[in-house]
Amino acid sequence: MAPLLEISSLRAYYGATEALHGLSFSIAQGGITTLLGANGAGKTTTLRAISGLVRREGSIVFDGRPIDKMATEDITRLGVAHVPEGRGTFVGLSVEENLKIASYGRRDKSGVRRDLDLVFTYFPRLKERIAQQAGTLSGGEQQMLAISRALMLGPRLMLLDEPSFGLAPLIVQEIFQIMRRINEEAGVSMLLVEQNAALALNLAENAYVLETGTVVMAGPSAELKNDEGIRKSYLGY
Amino acid sequence: MEQLIQQIASGLASGAIYALVALALVMIFTATDHLNFAQGEMAMFSTYICWQFIQWGFPFWPALGFTILFSFLLGVAIERVILRPLHNASVLSIVVVFIGLLAIFHSLAGGIWSHTIKNFPSPFPNVTFAGSGYIGAHQIGMILVSLLMLFALFAFFRFTPLGLAMRAAAQNPVSARLVGVKVDWMLALGWGLAAAVGAVAGAMVAPVVYLEPNMMASILLYGFAGALVGGISNPAGAVFGGFLVGVLENLVAYFGNLTEKTFGIYIVGNGEKLTVALIIVITILTLKPAGLFGRTTVRRV
Repeated sequence: MAPLLEISSLRAYYGATEALHGLSFSIAQGGITTLLGANGAGKTTTLRAISGLVRREGSIVFDGRPIDKMATEDITRLGVAHVPEGRGTFVGLSVEENLKIASYGRRDKSGVRRDLDLVFTYFPRLKERIAQQAGTLSGGEQQMLAISRALMLGPRLMLLDEPSFGLAPLIVQEIFQIMRRINEEAGVSMLLVEQNAALALNLAENAYVLETGTVVMAGPSAELKNDEGIRKSYLGY
Repeated sequence: MEQLIQQIASGLASGAIYALVALALVMIFTATDHLNFAQGEMAMFSTYICWQFIQWGFPFWPALGFTILFSFLLGVAIERVILRPLHNASVLSIVVVFIGLLAIFHSLAGGIWSHTIKNFPSPFPNVTFAGSGYIGAHQIGMILVSLLMLFALFAFFRFTPLGLAMRAAAQNPVSARLVGVKVDWMLALGWGLAAAVGAVAGAMVAPVVYLEPNMMASILLYGFAGALVGGISNPAGAVFGGFLVGVLENLVAYFGNLTEKTFGIYIVGNGEKLTVALIIVITILTLKPAGLFGRTTVRRV
C-alpha cells in the first residue's frame, strides 16, 4: 500500500537558519508513527513544516498529493490535523466554540455530528464543561480539547506535538489510551512527537529518531525499544 | 437638577460616538496588536463620501448604506494592499504607515472637497417630544443608531460562524490556521468592519461637529481614551469606556460651572473638560493599567 505521508529531502527554515537538513521518512496508512529525539532535534519543526507553518523546501506528499506548496488552511482541510505544542487552546472561547470552529470547513454535516458524539464518548469531561471558557480548563482537559478539536476536522492524519507535556502520569495514560482508540476506531493515522520515548514507543508501531535535523535511526518500535545501545544514546532511558 | 440630567443625556449621546470609535479601534487592536491612528481620518473621509451621495440627491439612509459598503471595501483594501506586505514589519514601521494613512486621507478630503466647513444633515426629524427639554432628537437618534450598531456587531461576533472565525483568528492565529480559518482574510474583514463602524460614527456626529477634515481629531482622542479606560482588549469594556468618557467630560463642565456659580471661584469649565477628562482617564489607568475590564496578560518566561 502506498504510504499516507511521504517526505523526502525536507528542509525547513527559521529566518535564514536551516533547522531541518534534508529529512526523509514516510508514514503508513492507518498506523501510528513516532518521531523521537532530544530537544532541538527538529521534531516540532518537522510537524510545523508538514503543516506549512514554517518555510520549507523538499517534497511532502499526502495521500498522493503534493502539499509542500500549500497554505496551512488548505492542508488542514485536506485532512491533516495538527495538535500543536502547548495545545493551542482558544482560551477566550467556550469549549463548544473551540470544537465548532474546527468543523466549519466541513460539508458532511452528519459526519460532524457523529464526530462530536465520538468526542464526547472519548472525553465525557468535555461534555460537562461544554459552556465553560476553555482557558479555565486544566492542562489535561485542554489537551483533550486540542485532540478533540483536531478530531472535529474529520482528519485522516493527526500530527501530535508532545501531548504528554506537563501532565500528570495518570492523565497522560488516559489520553494515550484514547489516542489508541481514535487510531483504531476512527481509523485516523498519527504522527506523534514525544520527549517521553518509552511512552511513545509503546503506542507507535514505527519510530524515527532525529538528531540535529536529520533522521539517524528508523525501525519498528519493538526493535528500537529492545536495543540497549540506541536507548542509551538517543532515547535517554 | 434639570441641567444635570441634560448634561448626562448629551454626554451619553457623544459617548455613543466615542463608543463606536473605541470599538473600531479595539477590533483592529485585538486582531493585530496595533492601534490604528488613521481610524478617525478614515471615518472623516467616509463621512465626506456620505455627504457626496447626499449632494447627488440620494436620501440620507441609502447614502449612509452606500457609504458603509464603500468604507468596508476601503478598509479591506487597505489591509490587503498596504498592511499585508508589512506583516512581519516592526511596530514602528506600522505606526509610520498609520500616520501616513492619516495624512493621506486628511489631504485627500481637503483636496477633493476643500477645507471649508460644511453643514451635514441630520436624518432625524426635529420634533419636540416628552423629555425633549433634556435631549434633542438627533442626540437620541445618535444613541439609538450606535446601540443598534453595537448589538448587530455583538450578534455577528457571537452567533455567526464568520464571527466566531474572526474571534478565533484574533485570539490565536496559529491555532486558527490549524483548524482551517483563513486568518489573512479575517484580518482584512476586521479592517473592513472597523472602517464601516467608523463611517457610521462619522455620519452620526457630523451634524453636531460639522463636516471638515479635522472633525474626527478630538473624537478619535476620546475614542482612544474610552478604549483604554474600558480595556483595549475587551470590546464590551471599550464601549462602556466610550460612554463613560462622554458622560465624564460633560459632568466635569457641569460641576465646574456649578462651583463657579456657588463659590465664585473658577476652577474648570467647558474649556478644560477635555483636559480633566483625560486626567481622570490617566488616573484610572495608573490604578488599573489594563483598563477597568481589560485582561492583564501574564506571560510565563
